[in-house]
Amino acid sequence: MSSHYEAPIRRPLIDGDKSYHDISVDVAAPVEGKANKLWWIAFSIALTAFLWGIGCIVYTIGTGIGVWGLNKTVGWAWDITNFVWWVGIGHAGTLISAVLLLFRQKWRMGINRSAEAMTIFSVIQAGLFPVIHMGRVWNAHFVLPLPNQFGTLWTNFNSPLLWDVFAISTYLSVSLVFWWTGLLPDFAMLRDRAIRPFQKKIYGLLSFGWTGRAKDWQRFEEVSLVLAGLATPLVLSVHTIVSFDFATSVIPGWHTTIFPPYFVAGAVFSGFAMVNTLLIIMRKVSNLEAYITKQHIELMNIVIMITGSIVGCAYITELFIAWYSGVEYEQYAFLNRATGPYWWAYLFMMSCNVFSPQFMWFKRLRTSITFSFIISIVVNIGMWFERFVIIVTSLHRDYLPSSWTMFSPTFVDIGIFIGTIGFFFVLFLLYARTFPVIAQAEVKSILKASGEKYKKLRDGNHE
Amino acid sequence: MSNKVIQAMYNDDDILMDAVKEVRAANYHIEEVYTPFPVHGLDKAMGLKGTRIAITAFMYGCVGLVFSVWMMNYMMIEQWPQDIGGKPSFAFIQNMPAFVPIMFEMTVFFAAHLMVITFYMRSRLWPFKEAENPDPRTTDDMFVMEVIVEGNEEELIAFLEKTGTVEIKVTEKH
Repeated sequence: MSSHYEAPIRRPLIDGDKSYHDISVDVAAPVEGKANKLWWIAFSIALTAFLWGIGCIVYTIGTGIGVWGLNKTVGWAWDITNFVWWVGIGHAGTLISAVLLLFRQKWRMGINRSAEAMTIFSVIQAGLFPVIHMGRVWNAHFVLPLPNQFGTLWTNFNSPLLWDVFAISTYLSVSLVFWWTGLLPDFAMLRDRAIRPFQKKIYGLLSFGWTGRAKDWQRFEEVSLVLAGLATPLVLSVHTIVSFDFATSVIPGWHTTIFPPYFVAGAVFSGFAMVNTLLIIMRKVSNLEAYITKQHIELMNIVIMITGSIVGCAYITELFIAWYSGVEYEQYAFLNRATGPYWWAYLFMMSCNVFSPQFMWFKRLRTSITFSFIISIVVNIGMWFERFVIIVTSLHRDYLPSSWTMFSPTFVDIGIFIGTIGFFFVLFLLYARTFPVIAQAEVKSILKASGEKYKKLRDGNHE
Repeated sequence: MSNKVIQAMYNDDDILMDAVKEVRAANYHIEEVYTPFPVHGLDKAMGLKGTRIAITAFMYGCVGLVFSVWMMNYMMIEQWPQDIGGKPSFAFIQNMPAFVPIMFEMTVFFAAHLMVITFYMRSRLWPFKEAENPDPRTTDDMFVMEVIVEGNEEELIAFLEKTGTVEIKVTEKH
């Protein structure tokens, strides 16, 4: 037992009297059981929203993006807001699995699988927006430097929009293989437990014939570590490059050097909020409260509090620098943001993102499940408004006052956004019923160090 | 030569670790160990060499970096230099700062994907591959040590029984 030592001050990460077999049973239960009524209701709502979104996308492609609320002054609005919002949400998964792995944070093991799933599903939503914003989606492959009939027609590698194409596709594909490699042993567990031949076949196929040899585990751990090392700068680079879409432009309110760290902090902030939203429900519905404990939620709340404060700092710095720069355009952009016709959006952003996470300083509040859930929703709304404020308030009053205008979304703008939320939940609900939602192999490896039973046993021996 | 192996099953990782050390100390040859989760230190106890997969990742990353430099230089500087926004593309070194993001992304892309493919190939993992674990419980809570039978079989079984095993099976290995 000495090899499993952990300081007694650390609280257990696995509650209750669990054995290795119990973990397998608990993780396999949602997959082997039948869906309850609530799941079907949630799935039907999500599917309806998704289909409505598809309808709006088809309408957009068939008619042209004139069906959106965009005008000649505001050329980017809900589409890019939604894009940045979804990419931001997609940051928590890799952060949890990669950065926390490098820091040897064992609490990541209960939540990394679902957080990575959320990452992949939300990056899929994000990717939709730039593609449909092109208008002529059938030419979407022109963003890649593919040899073509024009001979020397290549993409412009000086453009931050092209950097984004490379960043997002690298991020999506690397996150996917990271996720899948971690899934192999858990799919194998489901395969070996499966009774029905169809399930056995499917999980056999998904597990790539994983057998758990000592050499395979050795490589598995090395690959996980190196992937974490690669994914850590990658995850930081992705939102940095998304912020370059704005920061390299000449629009007042956009071209600020603070954007990369400010966007990355905001992305982590919104991503963790979404992880909290999803996992607070999932731990209850799938009976995983022993693995996704109150402590996990508390730790995520602390990350939300810190990143929320960083974001708040960035907002204030922006205002200060706009004033301090002495540039009239810059000063007006920020004055207009806070006091112009979109003051209400600015207020939403400020109160949801800067004010609300400060409640997490109180231990009673950050260990309250209900309160954490409410704050996670508030933060998600706030981060949507942040992107809306940055994009629309910077554009709607441009250099020529005769062009000043307002943006209002049409039903198509709203429909596509709701559709992506539906699509996201369709994917997540299907995932929750068919995938091992906890990285059970990894959780088993910390059971003796961090399981409640073993900790009690060990601490008892010292007395 | 006989392909006979003995599969000794354990239900605890600590007992397995001690057993592996005892079996190795008694000069028996451990063919394979199957575990449901990574048991730290098991590879060293079994005498497995370290994996070199991280080195391949570094080399793949270098390939990605070189490829991205070559690609952008060919497309933007050599084949069709353009004057974009008053910033002409006449020399790689002057345009290089704008290429850094994609140089980084391609490095990561190549390193990550080719390393994972290497891992799948070396560990023989791919879709439709049949699983080869000797017992379905090895992905749940059982640890199986396969020891090759050399010399006296009864003696080996008796030895293994003393190491805390819960089940022993003698089979042919192909």
